[in-house]
Amino acid sequence: MISYGQHQFPGKLFVVEGTDGSGKSTQMALLYQWLKAEGYPVFFSEWNSSPLVKDTTRRAKKRHLFTPATFSLLHATDFADRTERDIIPPLKAGAIVLADRYIYTAFARDVARGCDRHWVRDVYSFAVKPTMAFFFRAPLNVAIDRIVSGRPSLKYYEAGLDAGWSDDPEESFTIFQGKILEEYDRMVAEFGLTVIDASRSIERQQREMRMLIGPHLNRKKRVRLN
Amino acid sequence: MQFYGTPLPGVEQESYSGKLIVIEGTDGVGRSTHTALLRTWLESRGHAVLDTGMTRSILAGRGIKEAKTGHTLGRLTMQLFYATDFIDRLENEMLPKLRAGFVVLTDRYIYSAIARAEVRGIDSTWIRSTYGMALVPDAIFYLRIGTAQQLVERLLSSGRGFDYWESGMDLHLGEDFYDSFIEYQTRMLKVFDRMTGEYGFHALNASRSVRSVAADLRKAVMRVLDESGPAAEDNVSVIQPLRDKAGPSKPSTNLIDLNKKVLP
Repeated sequence: MISYGQHQFPGKLFVVEGTDGSGKSTQMALLYQWLKAEGYPVFFSEWNSSPLVKDTTRRAKKRHLFTPATFSLLHATDFADRTERDIIPPLKAGAIVLADRYIYTAFARDVARGCDRHWVRDVYSFAVKPTMAFFFRAPLNVAIDRIVSGRPSLKYYEAGLDAGWSDDPEESFTIFQGKILEEYDRMVAEFGLTVIDASRSIERQQREMRMLIGPHLNRKKRVRLN
Repeated sequence: MQFYGTPLPGVEQESYSGKLIVIEGTDGVGRSTHTALLRTWLESRGHAVLDTGMTRSILAGRGIKEAKTGHTLGRLTMQLFYATDFIDRLENEMLPKLRAGFVVLTDRYIYSAIARAEVRGIDSTWIRSTYGMALVPDAIFYLRIGTAQQLVERLLSSGRGFDYWESGMDLHLGEDFYDSFIEYQTRMLKVFDRMTGEYGFHALNASRSVRSVAADLRKAVMRVLDESGPAAEDNVSVIQPLRDKAGPSKPSTNLIDLNKKVLP
């Protein structure tokens, strides 16, 4: 088993991270369009998207079957399937892989829920170390406003209601997001995350990302698409 | 309450009054038969029993079974799916029953999972850390059989035939299910032997008759429960619950005579 930081692939892996509502998915979509237009082979991999695990996760969320430990392990299962299926093969083939949320999401959420910091990192130690990981940092109130105003109601696990901090979904969500942000901040130095100020304009953030990614791209890897 | 590694998050760590008893062994060695026999015997002696085993969790059992049918389960994904299943059963079945004073009998525990991972080339420190949330059991009985050939004989006499995963077909070890089975199970036996000392297995020679293995198990279980008296009488008929389907507390009335060999 090859551990974090030890994989050697010709491809490049870029990931976006951040609290809900930080605008990272928007930035990822723009990056994807740009790389495609430039002629690079690009693959996109999203958090919680393994077809093998999907039904189990959906059922567990609906029926509130998770504990912090099983929430963590099932998400790790999902991530392992993505790693084995969607991430490692294209990287070996020299492609660019974009991941919307990566292991840092698990580290932030699971630790916020009460899992041991070292244990969660050990579980995910098989993950490929990204070429660059962007952390979209938005002030807590901005992120919360974006989510709460955009949705009719917060979901049970999304709001962290399982942790029992508060019975009020909005209050629980605020506490949860605060803890998550704390974990992200701690990970900036630990994993060398690239912080993007998510309170600036979409265009400016995108320009900054493209500038940072540029030096990692190998123009010879471009493929002509008809 | 003692864990192998990092304790379960959010769990109170006061001691429990029940007993956690593990039956381990490779495929086809008679674990299910002996778990079922022990359960009935314990119940007849007045113990409340929970029996559990791999892929029986409410959370992940179905998902694992579906994923296995497709043969598309990657090595790491499989280990983590099983770990999810295990922790769900530990938190929601085993631990509450142990607190309520039950004897929890588990058909396989983390050792089978660790052996399967190691045989598949997965880092042994990683798999042990992942399963660090497992409780250290009160006893681990390892039903040991000498060779993979003996397992084949059992497999054939049970009429079950060769299974894709039990034959380790995902590892491409041989031309066909038979060759692969022999190689895979030989490797598994080696890992189990290595773990015997590491985890303090109580090894029982499982190539003997069901009756004599069952008698030894009863004696050993009585010691775990701090009980004395005649453990396993000869000529006793026992009520054997149906495997898996019996439900958590409903003994069935499937009589078998222990003097007859169930397996040759």
